[in-house]
Amino acid sequence: MSGLRSVRRDPGLAFVGPFLLIYCAVLILPTLHGMWLSLHIVDIWGDGRFAGLANYGRLLADPVFGQSLINTFVVTLMVVPILTAIALALALALNRASRGAAVLRGIFFSSAVLSVTIVTLIWRFILAPDAGLLGEAAQALGAEPLPFLSSPSLALWALAITTIWWSIGLPMLLFLAGLQQVPADLYEAAALDRASRWRTFASITVPSLKRTTILVVMLQTAAQLQLFGQAQLLTAGGPSGASRTVVLFMNEVAFGRWELGYAQAAAEVLFAIILVVTLTQYWLTGRAGEGDGGR
Amino acid sequence: MAADAVAARTRLPLPAAIALGIGAAIMLAPLLWTLALSFKSNAALVGNSGAALSPPWTLENYGAIMGNGQTLRWLLNSLIVSAGTTLGVLILTSLAGYGFARLEFRGRRLLFLFVLMGLAIPGQAVILSQHQLFAWANLHNSYPGLILPGLTTSFGVFFMTQYMRAIPRELDEAALLDGASHWRIFTRIILPLTVPAQSTLAVFTFLGSWNDYWWPLISATRSDMYTLTVGLAAAQMNYAQTSGLGFLMAQAVFASLPIFIVYLIFQKQIIAAMAGTALK
Repeated sequence: MSGLRSVRRDPGLAFVGPFLLIYCAVLILPTLHGMWLSLHIVDIWGDGRFAGLANYGRLLADPVFGQSLINTFVVTLMVVPILTAIALALALALNRASRGAAVLRGIFFSSAVLSVTIVTLIWRFILAPDAGLLGEAAQALGAEPLPFLSSPSLALWALAITTIWWSIGLPMLLFLAGLQQVPADLYEAAALDRASRWRTFASITVPSLKRTTILVVMLQTAAQLQLFGQAQLLTAGGPSGASRTVVLFMNEVAFGRWELGYAQAAAEVLFAIILVVTLTQYWLTGRAGEGDGGR
Repeated sequence: MAADAVAARTRLPLPAAIALGIGAAIMLAPLLWTLALSFKSNAALVGNSGAALSPPWTLENYGAIMGNGQTLRWLLNSLIVSAGTTLGVLILTSLAGYGFARLEFRGRRLLFLFVLMGLAIPGQAVILSQHQLFAWANLHNSYPGLILPGLTTSFGVFFMTQYMRAIPRELDEAALLDGASHWRIFTRIILPLTVPAQSTLAVFTFLGSWNDYWWPLISATRSDMYTLTVGLAAAQMNYAQTSGLGFLMAQAVFASLPIFIVYLIFQKQIIAAMAGTALK
């Protein structure tokens, strides 16, 4: 019982203890267990048998996993640049104290409070070619509606459009917060120098937003690499796997076929990729911080 | 604030204003369309969802929700899980924040670093192991099973620690000299000062928990333990294209309503809190 005694002598441990206990049991233990699990071949329940790197070898040769990895990268490449550009444009336009700007900020953020279930429910019926809102609009304009959900070349765009509509709010807010941090005297100096609007934007606003931009791009990249609900509920990964993401692959392998070790190996690959993204962000913001003296 | 003053002096050029208007319409149209569909009878919508924008309107779909015990049960589950998660996170993170920010003990820095490590672990990397572990502990289809994974927030501990660090030392040193216990200082002096931070963290946690999808999907397999998000996803998969579309949309509106009301009331605070904390 020396543990209890040291807690009594060290009130600090008593305060951080409850969190640490749950943290270890529910996050750290599963992290380590997951790595262990990925080295096993597991049927339904139990620990299965040790198989070394066999699961990883199988992933390497599995065209379904390969395609889901490519799909995930492609959808990330579709979403992140468009989202970042729109969010920046919105922040620049709405960074003013007027009432109209406040209402518009609220509107552009409103979709972010919806759950993925609601968002995909709405968009499934908008994108549906026959009876959807988009189809009706296209027909009213005399155009053929695009088969977003049933065409292999458009399915990823369906995911991307839905995701952009859903998640535009947070990056916009981050850019708005970034703009608020730009020192006003920089703009005043530029005004005194009679610098043009474009000149002021290029040499004051853009460099000041460097850290925010890195943060937005990396946060969004990590988020899109984990895209799951939209792919499952909007297109079910189809048609013929054209919109199956890595996490959807994990879900199918784990809870459709109960090959937990194999699915966990895919999870570890994703973990490694996201870790690289996260570390890149720390490294980049550290360097961006050197330039402007940090904050 | 400073940039506000500068930006406000220049008016938005007309093309930008038009683009903004179109953007706002694209944001709002899906929501209004959903609302319109939810007030249409299912019969009127079969094969013609375009009928949504013209009368007759009806409340029958909302009546059907009230007569449907399942949807109300899912609402209750969502409320219990989200409130439980929020309360748990607030208690655990403020205790830990006090320990890390205001107490000296052996291994403090190392333990704090250990907690920060959790920031780099995405949920997807641990969810299958958690699922196995919870199956072993027989926690699936239970409230603790749905709540526990939401309590391991490294960000929450980091956030509360930063906030409590900024509170002046003099406040508790005097109390300590008077012989007050740490528990007393924590509950009487520090906690009341952290109300703004607590409410920010509460909003984040409640929203995240309310909208969580993958964990409740795999942990709650009995329909009476579904949360609204999962129950609605199940209903969504069960319905063929348009039969029951009005009812489905009414469920969607019903499920989002609590969150939307919270959002409309606290919009200013939520937007400021989201922007502020993410950049810390």
